[in-house]
Amino acid sequence: METGTVEQALERLERAMAGLRAALEDTQMAEAAGALAHGATGGAIDPFVFRLAIFVLAIFVGYYVVWSVTPALHTPLMSVTNAISSVIVVGALLAVGISASGLATGFGFVALVLAAVNIFGGFLVTSRMLAMYKKKDK
Amino acid sequence: MSANLAAFLYLVSGILFILALRGLSHPTTSRQGNIFGMVGMGIAIVTTLAVARPSAGGLGLIVLGLALGGAVGATIARRIQMTKMPQLVAAFHSLVGLAAVMVAAAALYAPENFGIGTVGAIHAQALVEMSLGVAIGAITFTGSVIAFLKLDGRMSGKPILLPMRHAVNAGLGIALVVLVVMLVATQSHAAFWLIVALSLVLGVLIIVPIGGADMPVVVSMLNSYSGWAAAGIGFTLGNLALIVTGALVGSSGAILSYIMCKGMNRSFLSVILGGFGGESAVAGDDGVERTVKQGSAEDAAYLMANAQKVIIVPGYGMAVAQAQHALREMADKLKGKGVEVKYAIHPVAGRMPGHMNVLLAEAQVPYDEVFELEDINSEFSQADVAYVIGANDVTNPAARDDKSSPIYGMPILEVDKARTCLFVKRSLGSGYAGIDNTLFYKDGTMMLLGDAKKMTEDIVKALDE
Repeated sequence: METGTVEQALERLERAMAGLRAALEDTQMAEAAGALAHGATGGAIDPFVFRLAIFVLAIFVGYYVVWSVTPALHTPLMSVTNAISSVIVVGALLAVGISASGLATGFGFVALVLAAVNIFGGFLVTSRMLAMYKKKDK
Repeated sequence: MSANLAAFLYLVSGILFILALRGLSHPTTSRQGNIFGMVGMGIAIVTTLAVARPSAGGLGLIVLGLALGGAVGATIARRIQMTKMPQLVAAFHSLVGLAAVMVAAAALYAPENFGIGTVGAIHAQALVEMSLGVAIGAITFTGSVIAFLKLDGRMSGKPILLPMRHAVNAGLGIALVVLVVMLVATQSHAAFWLIVALSLVLGVLIIVPIGGADMPVVVSMLNSYSGWAAAGIGFTLGNLALIVTGALVGSSGAILSYIMCKGMNRSFLSVILGGFGGESAVAGDDGVERTVKQGSAEDAAYLMANAQKVIIVPGYGMAVAQAQHALREMADKLKGKGVEVKYAIHPVAGRMPGHMNVLLAEAQVPYDEVFELEDINSEFSQADVAYVIGANDVTNPAARDDKSSPIYGMPILEVDKARTCLFVKRSLGSGYAGIDNTLFYKDGTMMLLGDAKKMTEDIVKALDE
């Protein structure tokens, strides 16, 4: 009788272990899912934090890169920064490409045209200027 | 295309933009840098199209928009005169500002396109980011339009001082904060458009009190603003390329503003508060009779042809008179006579950072003959002639010697240390700072009164004889 209880106890223990193992596997699954979600959305840390980190680091990169620009090229610097800030065109493309609302498409289209003026105008005028900077012909 | 791949590609285009700026550290690498920039832009556009998978109609609209804008932009870029570069840059900034406003509006009306919620239920955080982007964008837009009008001479360069302007601006600022809170709380489109309207007004009010001579700071500042606006929208869209670019452009403009302020020995705040230049425009009319030595083109040609070293100091007046080509011709003639010719550029000469360098480059002046203030200032004492063309305040010895002068402390090009200073000027009036230039009355100074281009051409003719 006693052995029976021990056996029963062992059986219960085994079942509990199995349950625990399953539960552990479940949490592993959950963790894997969490990691996936993490990759996709930032998981527990708000994606905003990552964006902010990139933003702050990019400010520092900008700071050092711009100080190394020679003063003679400050005008081309302005026109090229102006051209690259037109990368805002990606927002316009999203608005125009997927027509969800007529108004949004309209706003997006205006933004698209403005940004396109800037992209082409900015880069071309910069290359026109840079083409003029020549060394003394000897 | 997976979201991860897209994010990676946006990062690549952000890095290409960094390389584009990095290339500008030297003229020889700059052209390659510009190509990096174009490639980066191409990658960003193609990636977005691959992610958004536009409908046939949508794609048609996109191609139409790009073609339309691209044609206009390319035409402007090809036709614009180099002297008009400050206006052009200001105009381009206004476009970025307006585009930011438009993208934000599109995001408000079709948030599902941008993955930030649905109409009436946009994530609060996205709304805050969006409203920051739209406010800065709208300020950039009208501010740049005013800067453009002032630079293009369609509006007086004199500061316009409205009564109570600081109080009004502060009030508008507070109202903007309240409206942002309202927008987040109520998702009301009216609040959004009110933010746009107030920011547009604020942009005008911020720029009108700033005088013409402070425009280099304004143009750089608006450059910076356009970057912050782009970054704000970048946060809304969660787009890495846009965030990185916004940060780059924002810090670039801020550094340029700082360099410009330093070149004038003025604090950024005092420039922004405005009102400089124009208040004391009657200076120099103090009744004291002082003699000025005037000379002719022939005198100038004689002096320079017999000099060993001539340093040319160009200023905004050279741009106005389009005298850069005549100037280079004069320099060539002098070099042919064995004279050493160099150019000295003050950081705030002209109406935008690097303005003079571009004009000299246009006239095919080799860049290794052009020097910055700190590199050439010590050479004036060995120069026989300093040829000042269209510059004024940046040569005023009062900035160095006269503690009571409003421009005291501003770094100057020490042209008064040259044996002779030839000063080309239309009249004996004061410069943009409204301050009399004591240089005019010095013994070693000879005034060449007349149009900068005509005078230089006359000197070229006289050099031939």
